[in-house]
Amino acid sequence: MRRARSITWLALPVALVLAAAGCGSGGDTNSAGSGGESGTVSIYGTEPKATLLPANTTELGGNKAVSALYVGLLAYRPEDAKPYNLMADSIKTSDAKVFDITIKKGWKFHDGSEVKAKNYVDAWNYGAYAPNAQQAASFFENIQGYADVNPPKEGDKPTAQTMSGLKVLGDYEFQVTLNAPFSVFQTKLGFSAFYPLPDAFFKDPKGFADKPIGNGPMKFVSRTPNADIKLTRFDDYQGENKVHFKDLDIKIYSSQEAAYSDLLAGNLDFMEALPPNAKVADKYKADLGDHVLTTHLLGISTIAIPYYVPGYNNLDLRKAISLAIDRDKITKTVLNGSYVPADGWISSGIEGYQPDVCGEWCKFDPAKAKDYFQKSGFTGKLTIASNADGGRKEPLEAACASIAQTLGVSCEFVPSTNFGAFRQLADSHQFTGMSRMDWSADYPSIEDFLTPIYRTGGSSNDSLYSNPEFDKLLAQADATADKDAAIKIYQQAHALLAKDLPSVPVWDEKGIGGFSKNLKAAKLNFQRQAEISEFRL
Amino acid sequence: MGRYILRRFLQLIPVFFGTTFIIYTLVWAIPTDPFAGKCGQRPCPASYIEVMRAKFNLGDPLIVQYFKYLGRLLTGDFGETFAGLSVGKLISTAYPVTVRLALIAVLIEAVIGIGAGVLTGLRNKGFLDNLVLVSTLFLISLPVFVTGFVLQIVLGVQWHLISPTVSRAATFGELIVPGFVLGSLSMAYVARLTRTSIAENRHADFVRTAIAKGQPTKRVVGIHLLRNSVIPVLTLLGTDLGALMGGAIVTEGVFNINGIGGQIFRGIQDKEGVLVTGIVTLLVLVYLLASLLVDLLYAVLDPRIRYD
Repeated sequence: MRRARSITWLALPVALVLAAAGCGSGGDTNSAGSGGESGTVSIYGTEPKATLLPANTTELGGNKAVSALYVGLLAYRPEDAKPYNLMADSIKTSDAKVFDITIKKGWKFHDGSEVKAKNYVDAWNYGAYAPNAQQAASFFENIQGYADVNPPKEGDKPTAQTMSGLKVLGDYEFQVTLNAPFSVFQTKLGFSAFYPLPDAFFKDPKGFADKPIGNGPMKFVSRTPNADIKLTRFDDYQGENKVHFKDLDIKIYSSQEAAYSDLLAGNLDFMEALPPNAKVADKYKADLGDHVLTTHLLGISTIAIPYYVPGYNNLDLRKAISLAIDRDKITKTVLNGSYVPADGWISSGIEGYQPDVCGEWCKFDPAKAKDYFQKSGFTGKLTIASNADGGRKEPLEAACASIAQTLGVSCEFVPSTNFGAFRQLADSHQFTGMSRMDWSADYPSIEDFLTPIYRTGGSSNDSLYSNPEFDKLLAQADATADKDAAIKIYQQAHALLAKDLPSVPVWDEKGIGGFSKNLKAAKLNFQRQAEISEFRL
Repeated sequence: MGRYILRRFLQLIPVFFGTTFIIYTLVWAIPTDPFAGKCGQRPCPASYIEVMRAKFNLGDPLIVQYFKYLGRLLTGDFGETFAGLSVGKLISTAYPVTVRLALIAVLIEAVIGIGAGVLTGLRNKGFLDNLVLVSTLFLISLPVFVTGFVLQIVLGVQWHLISPTVSRAATFGELIVPGFVLGSLSMAYVARLTRTSIAENRHADFVRTAIAKGQPTKRVVGIHLLRNSVIPVLTLLGTDLGALMGGAIVTEGVFNINGIGGQIFRGIQDKEGVLVTGIVTLLVLVYLLASLLVDLLYAVLDPRIRYD
């Protein structure tokens, strides 16, 4: 009798806990409501690392809000990443140096003021001007007069406030002059740094950051740091990519795993990437069924072999390393099929992509690899450096193991504590071995895979690769106004990389995302983002 | 008593300066440039880095930076993060959530832990005793994230009893399961500690006297036995309150709770010295106040204890 009573006592608090927990789920404010045009869609988000200004947003977390709040002259089609005129009425050039741009009339900012040519010019000048410290300032570097507002040398003061290459010609027309012909400039205009800003911004930039006013399909409602960013439909939006729901709730998560649980429980509607634990043994396919999304990301993963590391400026060694990596096996096993083997330095989704540019060097061939390794005369240890978080470590360890096994050399993965520490080594050229070099395109152009990484002095040329012939081809392509002709020359430059192997292409990521049962349809675009106009409740 | 409290409060002042300085220095001793990975695969423009360094006084020697920070802190300004958010505002949204979570955890520890400890301590050996011993051993051996994920997936995704993550409001109801997860480890320790303590004191002279006087069992256990046995448990619970607030990183991550654990973690990763120092300083104060409270409670439980 006594015993029975005491067990009841112990059980009581447990029962209370469960009962109260049951009530807790009632507090959930989210999940798509009534459906149709008036419903709410919630998407996975991460805390923005900078203010929500177009020219200050260089990472995905902030870009989710920025790309819904603002639109630019161009947008990219979600299917094939082809640019099309969105706010631009026409963009004309004869020499790829002077661009005449007219914009459509009647478009409005969320505060009711009209979007005019000067909103573009002012926004770009603001973004480029050094004291404004915008993270994407260097995207304006092609425009004439950029060096006057943002001197390349640290410590120099800018000599002008505005770029001489920007001229307002009327309410709806402006002219852009570049410092040298650059045929890809037009494609670049869809990048978020080139979005316009309203007059209200220039009156009070500080207050604006707390309550941004854009010209995009969604307008700002509220933001709670580390919790959510709420947006709602802007009914006066004129563009073709209108949204078909009312409210967008960007929910901030500290881990993808937690978000994935919410996705399965229907508390979250969209994730553009899935956590590693969902990819093991294709668990996500069973969990999500036909609500899995795939896309072609415009990115490429390579292993850089820096030229400044002693002994690494050796073509035979580069060949041996590339031949020794079993790309097929690693993408299928370690990477669970979410990547495919790379066959060049350009993502296969990009216009101008040609298959097999890397050719024989990107095919696993142990015998040939050994031959080249012997020829190279390399002795010592090989290493691959990367930040270890975010699933970076496992595939690189597998690549290292593949190299070690094939060449009979010791190979080691060298982790950095986080991305910042890793980039610091890259920026200051302090790698002591190979390193991860993953690139995702800022704008869908073959040029964006070549110039930044492999041109002499390129912004992300961390390996210090330099080939005058390659630079000459790029310059020639930049100056070719005809787009198709330019692509042909870029392709020639791309082919040159297979001769020098400045880095070793390894894999090409397939984007895998998912959406909840609250949504009928969703689309993932090449920038690994939700195409919000494609959401259907 | 009054003088004792005053003395303890005065002790807070050097502790405050010491911790802020140590933490500020430690965060900046992490050998990474905070702006190295900020702009993705490209290095940040020189103009951006220059302005940010000037804004956050990063060009100054560390000691000057610290005093500039301290000066602002004393006027109530916690500073700004690199993303331009006010640290004061971040703390004021995150702190209440963590306090609620920690309180629930401590409450669960105290109620279930002491309850189970008393029941088993009074009657060692037997089914109930073994049950508690085995289940606490089970909880002690499980890492917190396992308990967290299992409860989240079973209760949240499969049975739909709770929402798998906690909403922005983070009400008491929603925090019960995360609180249980957070407190589960200490709950097991509390149960075992109470059990041992009770079992020891059960044969003490004052308990026998009380029984011999013919007092009802309820009074013997509730007043005489429990009050004397609970002192070590109280020490554990008091220090645990502070530990739970700072140590909730894992639980907060699993249930996506916008608390200070996650803020500290992100702050350290991004080298947000101002954010980390602000939060940790407040944590230290909470810790000190909690231990002061525990010290004062000793006297309430055991009148023989005097402060002077």
